Amino acid sequence: MSFGVLIAALINLNGSGHYLHWGFIQISVANLVVILLMIAVFVLAILLPFPRRKRRD
Amino acid sequence: MSLDITTEGDASSSEESRQWTARVRNAAATAFPPDRLLPDRQPAYMASWIYVFGVLTVVSLAWVIITGCVLAVMGPSWWHVSGLGHFVNSLHLWSVEFFFFFMVIHLWGKFFMAAWRGNRKLTWVTGVVSFVASIAAAFTGYLSQSNFDSQWISTQAKDGINSTGAGAFWNVLNFGQMLMWHIVLLPIAVVIIAGLHVLMVRRRGIVPPFDIEPKDHGDTPSAAEPSE
Repeated sequence: MSFGVLIAALINLNGSGHYLHWGFIQISVANLVVILLMIAVFVLAILLPFPRRKRRD
Repeated sequence: MSLDITTEGDASSSEESRQWTARVRNAAATAFPPDRLLPDRQPAYMASWIYVFGVLTVVSLAWVIITGCVLAVMGPSWWHVSGLGHFVNSLHLWSVEFFFFFMVIHLWGKFFMAAWRGNRKLTWVTGVVSFVASIAAAFTGYLSQSNFDSQWISTQAKDGINSTGAGAFWNVLNFGQMLMWHIVLLPIAVVIIAGLHVLMVRRRGIVPPFDIEPKDHGDTPSAAEPSE
């Protein structure tokens, strides 16, 4: 089994999308995952320390 | 007919300064001196991960343009059939995904910094306009895939566009028109506006944090002590 097939087997994209419904709100699972990822990266970008180069004396 | 040729810089400076080329050159040199246009030092407060998303967006845009040029050269019969065509087509898609991913985080960061402070309104506005233009570029990209997916999206989009009245001259069912918008007009608009946005960042500098904001709300590019 090739590496590409292994990766592709993690998430089956060969089908119709999955949707979440909440009242009049409807969102695809894929879009929700992307939004949650963006929020996670945004929070991490604020919290994680930025590497600094030590100043030479 | 005679040409007014000077050799030793003996022309009067007032006469030179009236020429439009001299005026443009002087204005550009005043607004963008080399150390401001391509700086090698930045304020200390820039040492945060939240400041990297602007340049990540620019890098993603570069990949979008590069892969789009390859797709334009090779054509649909290549990107739909060959393995390499599929790969470049996917690169084009994923560079767009990352472009919007990074741009939205960049937008959130700048919104919560109130990055329009300190005479940076034009920086903010050019960013907003490039965001809107890139959404239009992405939507016309959906219509330019030349497959059943793009046919379905165009028939759904026509109702929305027609309800605004814009369908009279902007027909999403017209593949040729949408392709030209996608590969000519909108990329040019996005690149020019994003370029102006970067120039405004160079001109006004990066917005400082609230607690070290200068009292005069001036437009000095570096309000804090620069770091290495």
